[in-house]
Amino acid sequence: MMITPAPHPVKTAEINPTADVVTVSHLFKSFGANHVLADFNLILHKGESIVVLGKSGSGKSVLIKCIIGLLKPDGGEIRVLDQDIAELNDIEMDALRAKIGFLFQSNALYDSMSVRDNLEFPLRRHWIQVTPGEVDLMVMEALDDVGLKHTVDMMPVELSGGMRKRIALARTLILKPEVILYDEPTTGLDPITSKEIIELMVEIQRKYNTSSLIISHDMNCVRLAGDKVAVLLNGRCRACETYEELQKSKDPEVLQFFQI
Amino acid sequence: MGNNSTFSLFLEETGRITVFFARFMSHWFRPRYEFAEFLRQCYIVGYRSLPLVGLTGFIMGLVLTMQLRPSMVDYGVESQIPAIVGIAIVREIGPILTALIFAGKIGSSIGAELGSMKVTEQIDAMEVSGTNPFKYLVVTRVMATTFMLPVLVIMSDFISLYGSYLGVNIKGITSFNLFWNQVFDNLVFSDVFPAFIKTFLFGFTVGIIGCFKGYHSNKGTEGVGSSANSSVVVSSVLIFIIDLLVVQVTDLIG
Repeated sequence: MMITPAPHPVKTAEINPTADVVTVSHLFKSFGANHVLADFNLILHKGESIVVLGKSGSGKSVLIKCIIGLLKPDGGEIRVLDQDIAELNDIEMDALRAKIGFLFQSNALYDSMSVRDNLEFPLRRHWIQVTPGEVDLMVMEALDDVGLKHTVDMMPVELSGGMRKRIALARTLILKPEVILYDEPTTGLDPITSKEIIELMVEIQRKYNTSSLIISHDMNCVRLAGDKVAVLLNGRCRACETYEELQKSKDPEVLQFFQI
Repeated sequence: MGNNSTFSLFLEETGRITVFFARFMSHWFRPRYEFAEFLRQCYIVGYRSLPLVGLTGFIMGLVLTMQLRPSMVDYGVESQIPAIVGIAIVREIGPILTALIFAGKIGSSIGAELGSMKVTEQIDAMEVSGTNPFKYLVVTRVMATTFMLPVLVIMSDFISLYGSYLGVNIKGITSFNLFWNQVFDNLVFSDVFPAFIKTFLFGFTVGIIGCFKGYHSNKGTEGVGSSANSSVVVSSVLIFIIDLLVVQVTDLIG
């Protein structure tokens, strides 16, 4: 069944405060003399959606790349689904990654593969035990979720920017992840398509009860997609509250994001 | 100052290639084996290169014979053309010409493809999808170039010699059997074996340099072009250096 985007995204995820999906504790990451993350702390609960807001180059993408294990932190601890990622071997890390969806800023669709092959790739690579018929059903269900069933045999180069973003989202959904990490999901899209993608993200979270960590500096995305907003300033999480609470923040550096 | 900087960049690049080579050596024999991707790469780098390699080989054989003929006629040894052309093609011209064409076509293609995948985060996406991108992208491509170039060289040698046969018959008459008998009667093991071995090294060089340049591409789309370009330049220079070294070693062995 295809998800019909709601006129206004509704945040209905049931939050269980006792279940922490992602816990980032005292995270440090530097590139040479550039200290990108310095004692960063964040907790993402089950079913919750947090948008990490920060200036360009403030280390937002570095944060989620550390969480998914693409970058190695210099210090601190990252626990995802109750596992310390620093202690996992390659096989355990792959098993954990099967439970995490990652939407890349550039979509990262494989140019040499059709949409079907792009979606099947994570299934085949994570050794998911499914029959060819089931694979086909899963691919069509994921495409149905993003409203693009008709593109199944198209190549990525034939798709528009918004369609590519939706296909990339479908690829993250195919393994039914427990947590989805979004890296600048609306970057490079026009305002209407951006709104459609944001609505889709909210609907997906509601349908599958996933937890979401969204990196963005698009204030529409921040306002509509997040249960909470974490403000990343000078390598630290300066505040993590609701959008409305942060609008009344007394910290001028935090407040500057909400006065644009 | 400028020279020091260039020299230190050269040393740095050499060090990075050495580390990349060591990483390849530690990965290629360990599971998980990517046979399907390896076979796909063999098809791409081997089968799809055959028309270009064949055409250049044919022209080279034909032109070499036509250029050689006047001098051979002057010395009265026209009948030795098949033997001389055969030795020249099998020992040197076939391997080096095919390797250079291969570096231009496949080296640049690998550099650009991996560079593009790097800047569009496709390599990261592979890692997130439970795939070791080094094994999937680098090991398969390097193995494919290593095993396909020798096959292409053998085919190119035969096509070149056929071109030479046609060249001989432009101004003379030599039967097909006589031509090939003259070629093979004058080829010995020490002509064929070193030439065959060095083609593996050429193929490996094209693959590892193309993958290294692409895998470490940066600076966005500009970096992709630069990766493709430097893949061809570096692997072409290395092909000549390896050729020189192999000739020295085989001469020492005798």
